[in-house]
Amino acid sequence: MEKSNVRPDDWQRRRDHLRELSDEELKARFWHLTEEVIAPMVRLAQTQTTPSIERSVLLRMGFSDAEAKAVVQQTIEHRRMGKGAGHCVYALSLIDHIDIRTAGLKLGAGEGWDRLERRFGGNPR
Amino acid sequence: MKPEDKLDLRAILADLDNYVPRRRGWTWRKPVDRLRMNGYEYSDCSEPLKNSVPPIAAKSFGGIDPQPRQVITTEIASGRFEDDIRRMRMAAWHGADHIMVIRTAGQSHFDGLIEGTPQGIGGVPITRKQLRASRKALDLIEDEVGRPINFHSYVSGVAGPEIAVLFAEEGVNGAHQDPQYNVLYRNINMVRSFVDAAESKKIMAWADMLQIDGAHNANATAKEAWKVMPELLVQHAINCAFSLQAGMKKENIALSTVPPTASPAPDLKTNLPYAVALRDFFSGYRMRAQMNTKYMESSTREATVTHVLNMMISKLTSADIQSTITPDEGRNVPWHMYNIEACDTARQALVGMDGLSELVEIRKDGLMAEKVREIKERAVLFLEEMLAGGGYFRAVEDGFFIDSGIFPERNGDGIRRKIAGGIGANTVFERDSDYFAPVPCHFGFNNVAQYGLRPDEDPASLIGGSTFTDRSKIRYVDELDPEDNVERRMAETARYADGAVITPEVQWRGDGIVVVDLTFPASLPVSQAAALEIGKRMNLEDVEVIHRESLHPSEATRIQLRGRIALDVDVAKLSIPEEPKRLSDAEITAYVHDHPLRIVAATVGEDEHSVGLREIIDIKHGGIEKYGILCEYLGTSVPVDKLVDAAIETDARAILLSTIISHDDIHYKNMKKIHDYAVEKGVRDRMILIAGGTQVTPELAVKQGMDAGFGRGTHGVDVATFLVERLKEKGN
Repeated sequence: MEKSNVRPDDWQRRRDHLRELSDEELKARFWHLTEEVIAPMVRLAQTQTTPSIERSVLLRMGFSDAEAKAVVQQTIEHRRMGKGAGHCVYALSLIDHIDIRTAGLKLGAGEGWDRLERRFGGNPR
Repeated sequence: MKPEDKLDLRAILADLDNYVPRRRGWTWRKPVDRLRMNGYEYSDCSEPLKNSVPPIAAKSFGGIDPQPRQVITTEIASGRFEDDIRRMRMAAWHGADHIMVIRTAGQSHFDGLIEGTPQGIGGVPITRKQLRASRKALDLIEDEVGRPINFHSYVSGVAGPEIAVLFAEEGVNGAHQDPQYNVLYRNINMVRSFVDAAESKKIMAWADMLQIDGAHNANATAKEAWKVMPELLVQHAINCAFSLQAGMKKENIALSTVPPTASPAPDLKTNLPYAVALRDFFSGYRMRAQMNTKYMESSTREATVTHVLNMMISKLTSADIQSTITPDEGRNVPWHMYNIEACDTARQALVGMDGLSELVEIRKDGLMAEKVREIKERAVLFLEEMLAGGGYFRAVEDGFFIDSGIFPERNGDGIRRKIAGGIGANTVFERDSDYFAPVPCHFGFNNVAQYGLRPDEDPASLIGGSTFTDRSKIRYVDELDPEDNVERRMAETARYADGAVITPEVQWRGDGIVVVDLTFPASLPVSQAAALEIGKRMNLEDVEVIHRESLHPSEATRIQLRGRIALDVDVAKLSIPEEPKRLSDAEITAYVHDHPLRIVAATVGEDEHSVGLREIIDIKHGGIEKYGILCEYLGTSVPVDKLVDAAIETDARAILLSTIISHDDIHYKNMKKIHDYAVEKGVRDRMILIAGGTQVTPELAVKQGMDAGFGRGTHGVDVATFLVERLKEKGN
C-alpha cells in the first residue's frame, strides 16, 4: 500500500465547484471530460499499428492465421511494420507481377524482402 | 429437427468448410403491446415461442409461457463444444436467446487464433470450426423455438483484431470488447490494448455486432465491491466514447452493469440509486444487466435470491439484456441444470414483475435524489483528477482503478500497471506516411491515395476484394492436433452416442456425475467427514463436498456431495410405465359445463377410511368438484346396494367406491357385488363404476366388472379425465 495513494473520503470538500451545476450540466461535464480522457488514445490508435492489427489485415486478405503470423514476423524482422504488413504483400505482388497469395507466402518464407527494400527505401524501423 | 430427435452431431460436423452463417448482427426480441394469454394481459412481454418448456407452475395457468421483452443470456463453458450445443438447445427451450460462450483459460494470452476443436478448461477454445459448428446447431435450434438466437464470445486479449475478423466472417452476433479489461485483469500492455481495440471495434461495427463492455469485472475484483461505483461509471464512459470514435452505433454499445452489493447489505439502498445514476448518464446506450457474483458461495438458493433482487432493479430501471448467472457458479463450472435454473429464474421473475413501472415509481427526491447525485459527482471528480494527473495511462500507473476506497477516498490498493510493461509491451509501431492496408474496416491512417483510391473506396478493390466481400477467400482449417479433437472425444464416449445406453451427466456426455444431498444430526466437521465416508461406501468415485450449510452448530448440518458413478443403463431393458393421459383443467371444465355431471361416492363395506376418497372429490385438495362435477358423498361403510340406489335416485352417471381394506380380497368382492347389483337393477350400461384405494390394481378392478380402478398416487384429474373420456365414448 502506498501512503501517497491513501486519502480519506473528502467528497464534501471537493464537490464545491459541482454543487451549483444542474443535473444536465453535470452530465455534460461528465461526457466532456471523458472525451478529453480518450482523445490521446484515439490519436494513438490512428497513427500506430501492432502485430495483431497487421495479422487481422492479412486474414482479411485471405491468409490463414499461421500464414499471417509468418508474414508479420518477417515484417518485424525486416523493420517494415511502419509500411504495413499487408502493404508489403501488395507491393511485392506488384513488383513481381504475382498474385497476393503467392506474394504473402513468399514474404512469410523470408523471400522478396530485398525487392521491397529497393521500393520502400529510406530507413527501415 | 423434431423435438423428439436429438441433435445430430455427425450432421453438424459434416461440410463445415462450406458453412455460411445466415446473417450478421444482433437481433432484439419483438415486443407485443398488451399481450393476452390465458385471460391475462401483459404489459412488458414479447412474441411467444413456437416450442418451449413452460414454467413448472404453468400447468395451473393453461400451460402458458409468456416471454419477457429482455433478451436473456446464458453463459456456457463446459470446455467441449459438442456438449455445449446440446445445452444451448435446452437453454433455448427455457427462454435464452443470447448464448455466451466462455473462452478457455489462457486464450486471451494466445498470440493468434486457435484452430480445430481442442478441449478447454473453464470454457471452450474459440476457433473457426467451433464457431461454425455451434452456429450451425443454433440455426437448427432457433428454427425449432421460433426465435433468433444471438451467439456471443470475447474480442479481447493479444489477438483482439484477428478474433474480431473471425467473428465478423462467421456471423457471431455479439462480443465483449473493452481494452480496460486487458489492461486491468489480463496485464496486457495498455497502449497495445487501446490501439488494438480501435481496430477490433471498427470491424465489429461493420459486422453490426452488439458490444458489451468489461466494467462489471471491477465489481467482482474490488475488495469492497460497492465502493467502485464512481469508477464503474468512468470505465463504462471510456469504453463507450472510445467505441463511438471507432465507428460503432450507440445502439450497439451495451454497458455490462452489475448491482454492486448484495444482501445482507441493504441491497436496494445502494444498488437502486447506482442503477438510476448510471442510466441517467448513459441514456441512449444499451443496458446489459449482469448479476452480482462477488458474494456468491456454494448455496444455489442464496445466489438465486440475490439474482431475483437484481432483476427487480432491472425492472425498476431498465435492461435490454438480462444476463443470468448460474447458481452453481460459486462451486463449479456451470452444469446443465443450473443453466436451465438460471434461465427459468430470469423468466419467472421478469414475467412476475410484468408492468411494475405502471404500479410503482422511483422517487426523485429525498434519499434517492441525494444518493444518485453523490455517485455522479464522485465520478466527475474521478475524471477531473485523472486529467489533472496526466490522463488515463498515468492514472493506471498510479493505481487509480479498482481501489477499494469510494472515490475521492483512496485506500492505495488499486491495480497498478506500467505503460511500458505487461504482455505485448513494445509491440506498437508508428505508421509511416506511406502506411497502407488493402482491406476495409481499418481504423486510422491508411494512405490509399498513393494507389489512386479515394478515401470512400474499398482499399480491397486493389486486391480483388477481401474475405468480407468474398467468402471463398477465407482459409478454413479443420484440425491441427490429431490427439485433442472432437473425433477423439466422440470415440471415447461412443457408448453413449445414440442414447441406447445412458448414464447420469452434469456437463459432458457420459461424465457419470451425481449429487447426493445429506443432512446429518451432527456438527459441520463431523458431517463433512461422514458424508465423504458415505459417498465412498455408495461406490462413488472422486467424491467431493460441494456445499456445506449449518442448520445448527450441534443439531444438524446439510452436505452436498458430488461423485462419479460407474453405472449405466440399457434403455431397452427398462420397463417404462406409460405416462397416464391427462386432459387439461380447461378441457375437463368445458366438457362438464356443456354436459352437467353428477356422481355418488362412498367407502363400501366395513371400511371407515375416507381420506383418499375425500382427496379425489374435495375442491380443497384439487379434487373433481373443481371442474363443476356435482358430488354426492354418502359417507363410510355404505352397503353397495344403497350406493347404487342413491345413484339411480339422484340421476348420477357414475359411482366412485373407495376401499382400503383388502383382507381376504374383500375389496375385489365388493366390486363384483356392486357390478352385479347394477346389472340386476338394469342400470349397468348407463352407470360408470370406478373403484379406488391403495391396494387396488387397475387391471384386477376391471376384471371384477369395474369401468376403471385407481391405485396409489391417483389425483382428481386422473379420475375426471377418465370420466370425461368414457362419457365421450358412450356418446354421453
